[in-house]
Amino acid sequence: MSRARADEEEYWHSSKFRAFTFDDEDDELSQLKESKRAVNSLRDIVDDDDDDLERVSWSGEPVGSISWSIKETASSSTSSLEGRDSSLQKGSSSYAAFPKQVSSYSLSSLFKGRNKLPSCQSLSDALSDTGVKNYAPELRRPKAEYKDYSSDWSPKDTVRRMQRGKACSLERFRSLQDKLVLLDEAVAGHDGNVITAVLIFLKRTLRREILFRELEVRQVALCHLIHFLKETGEQKLLLDLLRFLDRTEEVALSQYREHLNIQDVEKRREFLKSCIGLPFSAEDTSHIQDHYTLLERQIIIEANDRHLETAGQSEIFRKYPRKASILNMPLVTTLFYSCFYHYTEAEGTFSSPTNLKKTFKIPDKQYVLTALAARAKLRAWDDVDALFTTKNWLGYTKKKAPIGFHRVVEILQRNNAPVQVLQEYVRLVEDVETRLNLATKYKCHDVVIETYRDLKDRIQLTAYKCKVERGSAEEEKINSILNN
Amino acid sequence: AAHLSSGRVNLTALREAGRRELREFLDKCAGSKAIVWDEYLTGPFGLIAQYSLLKEHEVEKMFTLKPGRLPQADVKNIIFFVRPKLELMDIITDNVLREDRGRSPQRDFHILFVPRRSLLCEQWLKEQGVLGSFIHREQYSLDLIPFDGDLLSMESESAFKECYLESDQTSLYHAAKGLMTLQALYGTIPQIFGKGECARHVANMMIRMKREFPGSQNSIFPVFDTLLLLDRNVDLLTPLATQLTYEGLIDEIYGIQNTYVKLPPEKFAPKKQGEGGKDLPTEPKKLQLNSAEELYAEIRDKNFNAVGSVLSKKAKIISAAFEERHHAKTVGEIKQFVSQLPHMQAARSSLANHTSIAELIKDITTSEDFFDNLTVEQEFMSGIDTDKVNNYIEDCIAQKHPLIKILRLVCLQSVCNSGLKQKVLDHYKREILQTYGYEHLLTLNNLEKAGLLKPQTSGRNNYPTIRKTLRLWMDDVNEQNPNDISYVYSGYAPLSVRLAQLLARPGWRSIEEVLKMLPGPHFEERQQLPTGLQKKRQHGENRVTLVFFLGGVTYAEIAALRFLSQMEDGGTEYVIATTKLINGTSWIKSLMEKLEPAPF
Repeated sequence: MSRARADEEEYWHSSKFRAFTFDDEDDELSQLKESKRAVNSLRDIVDDDDDDLERVSWSGEPVGSISWSIKETASSSTSSLEGRDSSLQKGSSSYAAFPKQVSSYSLSSLFKGRNKLPSCQSLSDALSDTGVKNYAPELRRPKAEYKDYSSDWSPKDTVRRMQRGKACSLERFRSLQDKLVLLDEAVAGHDGNVITAVLIFLKRTLRREILFRELEVRQVALCHLIHFLKETGEQKLLLDLLRFLDRTEEVALSQYREHLNIQDVEKRREFLKSCIGLPFSAEDTSHIQDHYTLLERQIIIEANDRHLETAGQSEIFRKYPRKASILNMPLVTTLFYSCFYHYTEAEGTFSSPTNLKKTFKIPDKQYVLTALAARAKLRAWDDVDALFTTKNWLGYTKKKAPIGFHRVVEILQRNNAPVQVLQEYVRLVEDVETRLNLATKYKCHDVVIETYRDLKDRIQLTAYKCKVERGSAEEEKINSILNN
Repeated sequence: AAHLSSGRVNLTALREAGRRELREFLDKCAGSKAIVWDEYLTGPFGLIAQYSLLKEHEVEKMFTLKPGRLPQADVKNIIFFVRPKLELMDIITDNVLREDRGRSPQRDFHILFVPRRSLLCEQWLKEQGVLGSFIHREQYSLDLIPFDGDLLSMESESAFKECYLESDQTSLYHAAKGLMTLQALYGTIPQIFGKGECARHVANMMIRMKREFPGSQNSIFPVFDTLLLLDRNVDLLTPLATQLTYEGLIDEIYGIQNTYVKLPPEKFAPKKQGEGGKDLPTEPKKLQLNSAEELYAEIRDKNFNAVGSVLSKKAKIISAAFEERHHAKTVGEIKQFVSQLPHMQAARSSLANHTSIAELIKDITTSEDFFDNLTVEQEFMSGIDTDKVNNYIEDCIAQKHPLIKILRLVCLQSVCNSGLKQKVLDHYKREILQTYGYEHLLTLNNLEKAGLLKPQTSGRNNYPTIRKTLRLWMDDVNEQNPNDISYVYSGYAPLSVRLAQLLARPGWRSIEEVLKMLPGPHFEERQQLPTGLQKKRQHGENRVTLVFFLGGVTYAEIAALRFLSQMEDGGTEYVIATTKLINGTSWIKSLMEKLEPAPF
C-alpha cells in the first residue's frame, strides 16, 4: 500500500504526465467569461436579427436543406390535405433562387471514356447500347431489353459488365469449371456486390457439398458467403457451412447469437440450455453456463415476486413497487435486486444474495459494493454496519472494507446518508489526507476536528472554527482542544 | 460552398460532378416527384445539394422511409433514395405492397441505390414479388463526399467492420472507385504509398481499373503528387484515445454528423431584453461546423487549452470594432461603419456560439471523471502499468459507467501492451459480462477478431519499441504554440500521422524495422504520366499528398495533418480522405453486436 502510494506521489510530481487541466484555471475561466460578457454586451448594440445573414430555423437546419425540407413537405401534406398543392407552389418563396449550375462533369461519364478515346472502347462497351436500362441477372426483363442480351460473354466480360450494373445472364455457365472461373474472376474484381451475385447463383445451382468444398480453398468468396448468409438470416445453411469448415467456435457463437431473437423467456432458457454443450472455448463455456443459470434463476424469482407483489402482503413490495421485471437483466443488477428485496433470506433460497454470490462466484469486492448500494438505498444503516463488521476468534469486532472506506463514503453520500452515519465511515478512512478531504467535503465536523487534534495542527484547527456554526457543540469542542 | 475551394485543391469540381449526376437521374423520371429518403442519406446528400436543386427538377414532396402506407401525394413518381441494405428493402416492399392500386393516376416507382446498385437487394425484392414495380433502378456513386476544402469522406459506417471483421472488401472497391473519380478530375497521382492489407488491395484495384478503363487516362495536369493509403488497423491506438482538440472534443462529447452538431439548447437561449427567457427552447441547437466560418477555421484544430485565449482576444477585437461607432462623426464614417455591420454581426454571432460551446466542453473537461479517465489513457500510452488489471477501469465497471467507455479503455490497454496477459483479459471479460450482461460475449468476440482486444500471444510487447522509434509520446508538449503533432492528444503523437510525416521526410526507409512490426505490407507504386504532364516543381512549392484512411479517421488526426500542412518548412500539404469520420465511441459502437432485435 505504502509503496504504491509513494509511486503515485512520484508519478504526480514527475513532470512527465500532463493531465488535462488548464494551466491557469482562473485565468482560463475568466477568459471565457470575458468573451461571454463581451458577446452579451454587444447584444444591446446590435439588433439580434440574424435572419438576414443566413436563414436558419431554430433547430439549426438551414432553410432549404434536405432534412429541413423533408419535415416541411411532409408536414404540409399531412396537416392540410386540401390545400397541399397550393402550399407547394407557394413554398418556394422562402428559399433563395438557386442558380442553375453548369458543369461538364458527370461521374458516370468519367469512366466511359467514349468522349475522348473512342478507339479504346472495350468489346463490352461497344455492344452495350447507351440509354438502355440496366437489369440484374436472372430477372424478368421487359422486351425492350432483349437486345442487350448476348449469350457468349466470357467470364471476365460478364464480371466486368456486372460491375457496371449491366444485365448478364449467368445461366449459361453450366459446368462446374465455368462456374468456378466466373467466381474467381468476380473475386479478382473485388466488388462484393458482384461476388455475392455470383455466389447466389452458385448456391442455387451447385450441390451443397461441392459448393462448400470449392469455397474452402477460396477464402475471400467464403467470407462473402458467410456475411451474406448472416445478413439474409439463413442460419441453417450458415451453421452447416461453418461445421463443414470445422470452425466450431464460430458455429457456437453464431448459434448462441440466435437467443437474442427469442422473446419468450421459457423458450430462451431452453435455447440457452442447448447452447451449453456447444464447442466454445473453455472460458466462454463457463459464461454461457452462467447465462443459462442466471435466466433460470430469474424466471423463478420473477414468478415468485410477481405473486408477492400482487398479493400485497409483503411490506417491501408495497413500499417499493418494482419498476421493471428482473428477467434478462445482468448478473450484478440481479444481485442488487436480491439485496434490495431478499436480503435477509437464508442461503438455501434461490433469491438470496448469498446464494447468488456462491453460485456465480461473485468476488467479494463486487458483492460488497452491490449490497452496500442496495442497503443504503433502503437506508438500512444497520445492515450497512454489519457488512463491514468482522469478528475475530477472540470475539473482538473489527471494521473492514474490501473496497476501501473512501468508496463506502461516496456510495453512502450518493444515497443521502445522514451525517452521523457518514462520519462513522469517514473516520475509518486510513489515509489522513483523504479523510480530511472527505470530512470537509461532507461537513463531518467531528472527524475534521479530531483529525487536526491528532495531527496537533493548531493553525488549521483555528481556521476551521469559522466553518462551524457559532455557539455549536463543535465550536465548543474546538475551543476546548485549543485551550488544552 | 465556397469553403470547398479555399484549399490547395479545389473540391468544388467534385461536388459539381455529383450535382450533375443527380440532376441527370431526376430528369430521367419525367414529371412531378416525391422522394422517399433512407434517413441516413439525407446528411451526406445535404453536402452535395439543397432542396432547391431537387425542386428545380420537380421534386415536390419528401418523406422519410418507414413501414406502412406511403403518404398521400399527387405526384407522378415516387423515388426511393436508399443504401443497398436488406432491411430497407423490406420497408420498401411494404410501402409498395400497400400502395392503393385503385388510385388514378397510378404513381410510378423508382429506386436510386447509393452508392451502388446491389444485385443482392434486387434479388431480395424479386423474392418479395415487387421488383417488377420499379421502372428505374439505378445507382448514384456518391463515393467521396467533400466535407471541407481538404477533407473527403465516404461516410460508410460499417467499412471498418466489413473490412476487418467480415473480410468483405466492397467498401475498398468503392474507395478505389472514388479514387478513380478523383484522378479523373484532378489528374493521375504519380506516386502511391501504402501500409496494410487493405491499402494493398486498394492500390491493386486502382492499377487494375486504370488498365481496364483506358478512357480514364486523361490529360489533366496532376494536382496531387502523392497518395498515401493507410489501413486503420495499422494504428488501432489513436481512435481509442480521447481527442483533445476543439473539434475533436466537440465530436467526442456531442458527435458531429455530416458537419452538423446538435447541442443542448440552454446555453443558446436568445436573451433579448424585454422578452426575457420565458420559453426556453427544448429542441437541440443545430450548428454547421466547417471552414466557411472564419473563427471556427481558426480554432477547431487547436488544443482545447488554447481556445479560451483566442476567444477572449476575438471578443476584444469585436468590442473595439463596435466601439468605433462612437467615433464616427461624419456621414462618410457612419456609412463606413454601417457597411461593416453585417460582417461584424456574423462575427459576433459566431463568437457567441463558440463561447457557449467552449463553456459546455469546459464543464466536462474540468470534471473529475474526465481527468481520471485521461490520466489512465496517458499512462497506458506512455507505457505504464499496461500489464495488470487497472483500478480505475475496475471502479468504472463497478459504477456501471457506459460500456463503450469501458471497452475503449480496455482495448487501449490491450493495444498498448501488444495484447493483454490471459489472466488480465479473462478478469476484464468476466467483470464486463457479469455487470453488463452475458450477451456482450458476442461484442467481446468481435473486438478480439478485429485485434483490438486480444491475449498477448507472442509473449513480447512491441509497443515500447514502436513508441520510442516513432516518438509517439512527447514529454514536453506545448499546447498553446505547438511544435509537434503530439499537441492534439496533449502528449501522444498519433501513429498514423507520424507515418505520414516520416514518409515525407526522411522517407520510410529510416523506419523499416518498425514498419515490419505493424500489420500488413508496406509498398510503393508509380503511375506513369505522359511526358507533357510531368511536373516541374517551382522552387519552394509544396507537394500535395492525399492521405486516405481506410477504416476511418478522427478529427484529431485531421488536425495533426493540417498542422503539418501549415508548418513553414514542412514542404507538404495534405488533403485527407476516409471511409468514415470516426471517434472511439462511434468506432467501438460499429463493432458491437446489435442486441436489439430488428423492429420488423
